[in-house]
Amino acid sequence: MYLQGMDCIVTGGNVKVLAKAIHSLSRIGDELYVEPQDDGLALRSVNSSRSAYACFLFAPLYFSRYTIPSENVFRCRMAIKSVQAVFRSLASLEKTVEKCHIVLDKKKNRLTFTLHCKHGLLKTHNLSFQDSESLQAVFDKDSCGNVFKAKSRLLVDTVMHFPSSLDEVTVSVNADRMWFRNHVDEETESKAMLTELCLASDEFDEFSVQDHSSITFCLKELRGLLVFAESTGLPISMYFDEPGSPVVLSVTDSVLEGNFVLATLSDDPSQRKSNTKRAQTPPPPPPDDDFMNDDMDSYLIAMDTSMAPGPSTAAPATTPLAEYTSKPPVAANHRTRIHSDDEQEEDETSETDGPPNKKFCSLFFGSVLPSSSLMSTQPLTNQEVLASDSEEDS
Amino acid sequence: MKFRGKIIDVACLNHFSRVVTTISKLTKTCVLRLTPDNLFFVLSGKVANGGVSMWCELSQANFFDEYQIEGVSPEDNEICLEVAPENLSRALKTVQNAKAVKVKLTKKHCPCLTIAAELPTLSSIGRIVTHDVPVDVIPRRLWHEFKEPSMPDFDVSIFLPHLKTMKNVVDRMKNLSNFLVIEASQNGQMNLKIETDLVSVTTHFKDLGNPPWGRASQSRNPDTMAEARVDIRRLQQFLMGQQVQPSKAMCNIVHHKVVHLILLHEDMSLQYFIPAVVQSG
Repeated sequence: MYLQGMDCIVTGGNVKVLAKAIHSLSRIGDELYVEPQDDGLALRSVNSSRSAYACFLFAPLYFSRYTIPSENVFRCRMAIKSVQAVFRSLASLEKTVEKCHIVLDKKKNRLTFTLHCKHGLLKTHNLSFQDSESLQAVFDKDSCGNVFKAKSRLLVDTVMHFPSSLDEVTVSVNADRMWFRNHVDEETESKAMLTELCLASDEFDEFSVQDHSSITFCLKELRGLLVFAESTGLPISMYFDEPGSPVVLSVTDSVLEGNFVLATLSDDPSQRKSNTKRAQTPPPPPPDDDFMNDDMDSYLIAMDTSMAPGPSTAAPATTPLAEYTSKPPVAANHRTRIHSDDEQEEDETSETDGPPNKKFCSLFFGSVLPSSSLMSTQPLTNQEVLASDSEEDS
Repeated sequence: MKFRGKIIDVACLNHFSRVVTTISKLTKTCVLRLTPDNLFFVLSGKVANGGVSMWCELSQANFFDEYQIEGVSPEDNEICLEVAPENLSRALKTVQNAKAVKVKLTKKHCPCLTIAAELPTLSSIGRIVTHDVPVDVIPRRLWHEFKEPSMPDFDVSIFLPHLKTMKNVVDRMKNLSNFLVIEASQNGQMNLKIETDLVSVTTHFKDLGNPPWGRASQSRNPDTMAEARVDIRRLQQFLMGQQVQPSKAMCNIVHHKVVHLILLHEDMSLQYFIPAVVQSG
């Protein structure tokens, strides 16, 4: 009887898919955030600089049993490596594991994974966790102007042209083409190899462009999703708007939904060598430098954004966008970098960490629950990514 | 200065990729010499690369369907570029299934060798991929550094054992010592030796055969060994880079001076010089 926690069972092939999702999330961050919700089990991860977020939502129907506490919202986080250890060998999972029983015992602070294998073998893993605030990105796919859908094979084949060490890729679109280019910082050595791949719109299942634009984001973190999508055969949808707004990549089927939300580079006009015809908007005042804020509850908003140039053959859109204020980011020991006009920031993440987010907008989302007084058990409604400069939650 | 080449045949493309990949495993940067008939990948022996030097020669007709070059001047109808072969290798690997691959000298953000290809797709429009590999143009006054090396006055010339076997031996020896002695004789014997304070290991190869070069071999006692002590990592690096067993693989040894490795493939030749290190203590 685990009255205070959750109790669910995953059977058959779904165990492997769950495992793949977890491996996929491990490419984003070191911790797995688990939240049993009414609409399913949410597994989330975020990178240390808060510029990449991923969430897999497994609907109740995904499970052969899905029991969650009716009251008391519960959330926890744990080292993702520990969870990966449960599902270490994907090949053997498929062959030997018949079902996976996941039980959250809140009283003992334990998340127990029991793998029921062939021949009556039971493998039990007891993982300890920490209570956690909610981790939810605020994003609204449906309001994005540019929407694409393609078989995962297309993106995998595209990404193959870029080295696995490549951090940033620039995606540009016009009415009937999509370009992928590796992003090379103009300030760094100009001796980098430049690769460009052009995809025609008829290679996509869906290709809907509202604004010709170019966005730059971290490729490394996307690879986790690509591996997942390819192995499950699901098509990938891609949503984005202008640079600075995050790009969302999703895979969906009837019982699961995976969303990878990646921050995109926002250009600081004074830094870019001007090889584009853009109106020179004055850069925003440098934001507060207080990055060590322990407060998980604030929103960080995209910086001033402006259109990046499209590919050489496309006419770049030139409307500058409104300025935004930015807020101190969340969580202790999570540094976010906000680019100021004059200085060149150094990449402070380790090589193996998330992207070098010198100019990435970090933390495009925040916590749902700022304080106990505002605690709500309602699911977060999708809001605009570009949050207002108000401190209050809606 | 212009260069344009096009590879259409898939086997040619594959071989060319393989050559470039081999070169990329041997050195981080090298010089690419383009002449009307040939391509050369050259590494000149400098202290920085441990004194090793490399000369790889390809006949352009073996690979390119179209090949146009306008060198620095009509008298010097050649182009000399410094390039990172790893970049070229990577670019070529991604276009293996293209209908045609174009290689051009271009000026983008800097001089580049641009690899461009159209990849087949299910849709009506192919996928165009371009890789701009940055290069440095080498001025004519420095060209003398990248000339074809002359055959050294070797003491022994011998055919190498199967490269894979040799690589396995060297791999294991590398765990024990930093230096390896290659010795060989004109009667087809070769030994690979390592010696440390704790252990000495020798692998013997017999009946390897000696190339019939004609000189040096006559006056020499066929049993006398010529040897050279080399940095084992250089030898290992050379062996690791080889992906296919060549038609002919030979080794010339100048006693205590240099090891000259020659690999002859159907469509390219590769020479690699490893200088001997001084015997210590």
